[in-house]
Amino acid sequence: MPTHLILLVIQRFALGVLLLLASSVLIFAGTQILPGDVAQAVLGQAATPEAIANLREEMGLNEPAVSRYLSWLLGALQGDFGTALTNGADIGSAIAKRLSNTLFLAFWAALVSVPLAILLGLIAVRFRNRWPDRLISAVSLATISVPEFVIGYLFMFFVAVKLRWVPSVSMLNDSMSLGQKLQSIALPVIVLTFVVLAHMMRMTRATILNVMEAPYIETAELKGLSRFAVISRHALPNAVAPIVNVVMLNLAYLVVGVVVVEVIFVYPGMGQYLVDHVAKRDIPVVQAAGLIFASVYILLNMTADIIGIVANPRLRHPK
Amino acid sequence: MSDKLQKFVGKFTGGKLTRRSVLGRASAIAILAAVAGFALPDAGIAAEPKKGGDFVMGLKGGESTNSLDPALSTSHVTAKALRTYGETLTEVTPEGEVIARLAESFAPREGGKTWDFTIRKGVKFHNGQEMTAEDVLKTMQRHSDEDTKSGALGIMRGIESMEVDGDTFTVHLTTPNADLPFLLSDYHLVIQPNGGLDAPGAGIGTGPYKVTADEPGIRYKFEKFADYWDATRGHYDSVEIIVINDDTARANALQSGIVHAINLVSPKTAKLLGRSPEIDIETTSGKGHYIFVMHVDTPPFDNKDLRLALKHAVNREELVDKVLAGYGKVGNDSPINEAYPLFDSTIAQRTFDLEKAKELYEKSGHDGSPIVLHVSDAAFAGALDAAQLFQQSANAAGIPLQLKPEPADGYWSEVWNKKPFAASYWGGRPVQDQMWSVGYLSTADWNDTRFKNAEFDAMLLEARGELDPEKRQEIYGKMARLVHEEGGLINPMFNQFIDGMATNVDGWETNPEGDLMNGFIAVKTWFD
Repeated sequence: MPTHLILLVIQRFALGVLLLLASSVLIFAGTQILPGDVAQAVLGQAATPEAIANLREEMGLNEPAVSRYLSWLLGALQGDFGTALTNGADIGSAIAKRLSNTLFLAFWAALVSVPLAILLGLIAVRFRNRWPDRLISAVSLATISVPEFVIGYLFMFFVAVKLRWVPSVSMLNDSMSLGQKLQSIALPVIVLTFVVLAHMMRMTRATILNVMEAPYIETAELKGLSRFAVISRHALPNAVAPIVNVVMLNLAYLVVGVVVVEVIFVYPGMGQYLVDHVAKRDIPVVQAAGLIFASVYILLNMTADIIGIVANPRLRHPK
Repeated sequence: MSDKLQKFVGKFTGGKLTRRSVLGRASAIAILAAVAGFALPDAGIAAEPKKGGDFVMGLKGGESTNSLDPALSTSHVTAKALRTYGETLTEVTPEGEVIARLAESFAPREGGKTWDFTIRKGVKFHNGQEMTAEDVLKTMQRHSDEDTKSGALGIMRGIESMEVDGDTFTVHLTTPNADLPFLLSDYHLVIQPNGGLDAPGAGIGTGPYKVTADEPGIRYKFEKFADYWDATRGHYDSVEIIVINDDTARANALQSGIVHAINLVSPKTAKLLGRSPEIDIETTSGKGHYIFVMHVDTPPFDNKDLRLALKHAVNREELVDKVLAGYGKVGNDSPINEAYPLFDSTIAQRTFDLEKAKELYEKSGHDGSPIVLHVSDAAFAGALDAAQLFQQSANAAGIPLQLKPEPADGYWSEVWNKKPFAASYWGGRPVQDQMWSVGYLSTADWNDTRFKNAEFDAMLLEARGELDPEKRQEIYGKMARLVHEEGGLINPMFNQFIDGMATNVDGWETNPEGDLMNGFIAVKTWFD
């Protein structure tokens, strides 16, 4: 029933948009109720009452909050986030550059870590409770337990400082070729892989094990289906949803949560950009970055849901 | 090996090594010299600068909120970028003398109330325009305009009017000021075309390198400016600044050879880093000081005996050894040290004396309620450690000192200059007059000890207009004594700047005004 399916997907999509709107309200409200006047925060010690009044006028702070919210949202929808208070730079183009760097790093980290995690998960299932399973679990749990900056510094010291295979700072610029860029981000990709690997690997292992033990798998085997048919027709659709969910959560982490890795490898991504502007109370930038992070989260989770719905017939028929 | 030896000898005879590092390497040098049959030359080897190469710095203190607008520069990284692409009217030499730079010469009139600057001819901006006195005037006006957000506004306040006549730029002051040429060397006051009124953040100046990439908080790239007027500066083909705020990442970048110089090396690791044969650690005794400030108008700090008790209860040597790892000098409860011109070195050093502290505390008649010190590592690196050491020694003298840790975020707006007793940091100023004016004059905005003394104010004004250096030194000595005795400043230590350099960088000059040769490193050094 394709029309029914399409309707469900549209419904899920609409829910995502609604959620995004709700979070935009939260972001806007959150930055409004920060203690202190924005104009005062911008001007700091040099603030005279006259300068504050001028700046409030200039920033439109005298208008009611609702109309400010609407004009901000309208601008944001068109990609116009205004200019940063601190250095007058156009936020849209600054974020575009930072976001593309962040996505570049997240993409390559995901490309390495997701297949690796699923492969390792499958190997762990295949050799369940034997030494390959134990080794994979022990190593991946160890890497997720060590703080990422420790792994980062260790790699930096041995691979970049001692062996000098790759640079210790991950600078990117437009004049670099793809090969140079990949060499530059090699270390953060390895560290991020270590951070996200265990979560996805364990989930894959647990889910598939769980499914393989279900009675209907046994039934399928008993009625004479081939091993391949059992896995592809019966086991996989039930295992995909949880795996995709955890993969998406980790992808979201790779986009919005890597500020520590960015700092130690001097990577020009979104995290550092947001932290710098929060420290300076640069409200328009904080709002824009918050909205983008919320969108990424909602988009990835929505994708996970839709893949789950499409892959698993049971989810198409809510009780 | 002989290159290395030669370089070391050059530094040695040039007087650029500290006593400590000479002692450390003296035996090695003796052996080397014997083996190589090398005779020490009687004068410093005047190494000829070599041209070329791409110089890269990894610097702490840059944010994505930065702008290349000189008026808005408050961070380490933009200050270095300004030195690299721009120049000021005057400059302070490593010896502490003021020299003309974009001015050809300068002279006072009317007892220092009016100053004439003759502007250098044949200097070009990076956009091809010739620099004129009009550009200088516009620049100064932009920084002294009442609405400006310029960090240099404080030093421009004494200016009554400015004018241009041909090549001469004239400044009329409200009161005579013998230090005006020093003040105009401030790094904010980079001369820009039309004063930067058209495009303040464009990064166009008269310096040896022009800006080719401006990515705030990430990197800055500069290329040699072909039409630069002074052949003795700007030896590299290109210069790059990479913002590396993380201490370990910065040290690693230097060790792995990605950058040639780093700033703000952590005192705890400086000695380890210096062991690498490819790295030199350069220390600079500057004017910055790590302090505790008391509001002298707020009880219980309005009691002079209590203030003196606290001043005697701090173990200065211990703080220098433990908090600064030896990279610093003890302070004497005055913001001025020997790095300033006209420093009075005859003021007796205040000692760590628990007996005396106890006696003074009892004499103060304090009721024994907790004396609260507000502190955060935002004040200076190691402030919490320093405060704990202070607390222990004060408690040993019977003073009920307590610590109140504060969040780093908002420390400078919510705690410093608001709470009556707090940890703080002051960077230096080029001259004493400026330091006293911003922090100790009764009317100063940043008078963080609430020190209000009519006698002091009168002496400051008198010294400002005094053109005879000996008389000025005498007045400054009296002022320092007054603050040392009466003030709310507990200054246990002056910190040193610690920079790391690749050994193939030559031409280093220690400049007490600031780290990395007061920012001139890219302009004045070369690859050996």
